[in-house]
Amino acid sequence: MSAPTLTKARTGRSVGEQAIRGLLALAALVSVLTTTGIVVTLLEEAVSFFREVPFGDFFFGTKWTPLAGGESQSFGVLPLIFSTLYLTFIGLLVAIPVGLGVGIYLAEYASPRVRRVFKPVVELLAGIPTIVFGFFALTFFTPLLGDLGFELRIFNGLSAGIILGILVVPTIASVSEDALSSVPQSLREGAFGLGAAKWQVVVRVVFPAALSGVVAGLVLGASRAIGETVLILVAAGNSPNLSANLGIEHQNMAAFIANTARADISAGSVAYGTIFAVGATLFVITFVLNLFAIRFVRRYRQVYE
Amino acid sequence: MSTPHDPSQTTPVADPTDPRTPAPASVRLAAAPAAAAAPKEMAYRLKDVEVHYGDVKAVQGVTFDLAQNEITAFIGPSGCGKSTLIRCLNRMNDLVPSARVGGQVLYHGQDLYGDDIDAVQVRKVIGMVFQKPNPFPKSIYDNIAFGPRVLGRKKGMDEIVETALRRASLWDEVKDRLKTNAFGMSGGQQQRLCIARALAVEPDVILMDEPCSALDPISTAAIEDLMLELKERYTIAIVTHNMQQAARVSDRTAFFTVAKSDDGKRIGELVEFNPTEKVFSNPDDERTEQYVTGKFG
Repeated sequence: MSAPTLTKARTGRSVGEQAIRGLLALAALVSVLTTTGIVVTLLEEAVSFFREVPFGDFFFGTKWTPLAGGESQSFGVLPLIFSTLYLTFIGLLVAIPVGLGVGIYLAEYASPRVRRVFKPVVELLAGIPTIVFGFFALTFFTPLLGDLGFELRIFNGLSAGIILGILVVPTIASVSEDALSSVPQSLREGAFGLGAAKWQVVVRVVFPAALSGVVAGLVLGASRAIGETVLILVAAGNSPNLSANLGIEHQNMAAFIANTARADISAGSVAYGTIFAVGATLFVITFVLNLFAIRFVRRYRQVYE
Repeated sequence: MSTPHDPSQTTPVADPTDPRTPAPASVRLAAAPAAAAAPKEMAYRLKDVEVHYGDVKAVQGVTFDLAQNEITAFIGPSGCGKSTLIRCLNRMNDLVPSARVGGQVLYHGQDLYGDDIDAVQVRKVIGMVFQKPNPFPKSIYDNIAFGPRVLGRKKGMDEIVETALRRASLWDEVKDRLKTNAFGMSGGQQQRLCIARALAVEPDVILMDEPCSALDPISTAAIEDLMLELKERYTIAIVTHNMQQAARVSDRTAFFTVAKSDDGKRIGELVEFNPTEKVFSNPDDERTEQYVTGKFG
């Protein structure tokens, strides 16, 4: 009886292992290369834009008319940034309470049967193309708000902002529901065992324990709202406004890019460069938001094992 | 040696102004009967208690009384329903949507499953410690303060926290790091923290569901010593897999086993309920003897 062979064999199996490894690495490489490519393109075009337009004029100017001709052309991006953040703010004003409400309800209060039906419906909402939300806002919600007595233009920030919030609800609801559900049952039992009422268990134990996950959901939602394009394009109109008035048009950065990209301008012109300058700015804003979120999550993560 | 006001000389008597003195049950659960003159008042009377999870019957036929200021141990093989049963004693089974409790669980004469009973109120009076230490992901201080805060207490929290930690024999170990996260403690400390947390609510009863099963022998001994101290003030029920533990700490022992019903389903049931000494030396039932002598289970 001979001892079993333990040496490496040049067999088909090891070749297969190598091939699988190679394919997976390739897949990882594709995403890294794409990201790098995007950043490089953005920066390249943005840099050439800033050779034409001074930095200060762009970031501190309050007049945004990049497509106008001659003297009236101005590249102050503040109105665009303001409208973007303003719409996002209105959206989150709707999305955070509703989204968290849905998440908490599904994770803590709904019976298993209700959850089985409700959760897919909420997630279905996330799958509706945003153009549908856009026309819903434009043709249904704006007139409805008008009937309710709001003074609105056809394209306005109020309707678009609220529907933007609805659009973000599933993201926040779904992520926060996951975070709440993954809090161990033993923590709930511990709190119940001390005579806490249901809402006290949820507010004082489960929610804080899930906070980092919930915040991740909020940031994901905020990122979606900041970058939302089609809904704003369709329902909020074509000019950014440095004004708190929600009854007027409010164009956000993404919608500006989309709108300008199909406008009749020549590649290489300064107007064309604005696309990339605005894109880079949007990229930085989202990036910083994520950075803050990661720090927050690290700092307040509650480990419960 | 007549210094009547020296607190160290006097045996602890109920002092209503002392925050460490648990209020009598009658204060907090309405309509408790006046204390009987009998030496042992019964905290619980269970009659034909049975629990279903959905269509499955988990445990049946449980009838016994739990005396106040005693430690009662529930022993038996896995699946015999002892954990299920202990969770009936403070309505913890309510958290399992499919659970249904039949029979009668009387606590000082009140049917815990009666229509007018508030389960949240029940759990304030009847605390629970779980199998795995489950401190909240908060500081040691906030863990203890959780219960009193839930009850709406705001003042004197430092004292409540200290008292609870002292009673759980944990104060000296943690007094310098009250604001640090409870997860930095050892498993045994965490479990004593969970006991302290339960004590801070000033319950009358403490239910312990295998409190030492995740702990090493030294931590286990610490908790057993603690239980023996605590029974002066509290009524304690403990589920344990460790027969030596039941023999060491308990006054009475309930032995459960798994019976097969006619259609082959496994149902837990109570076999014997007797003073611990009797259960371990001269039990009434043959199955108990086989179990405690290690011939089965």
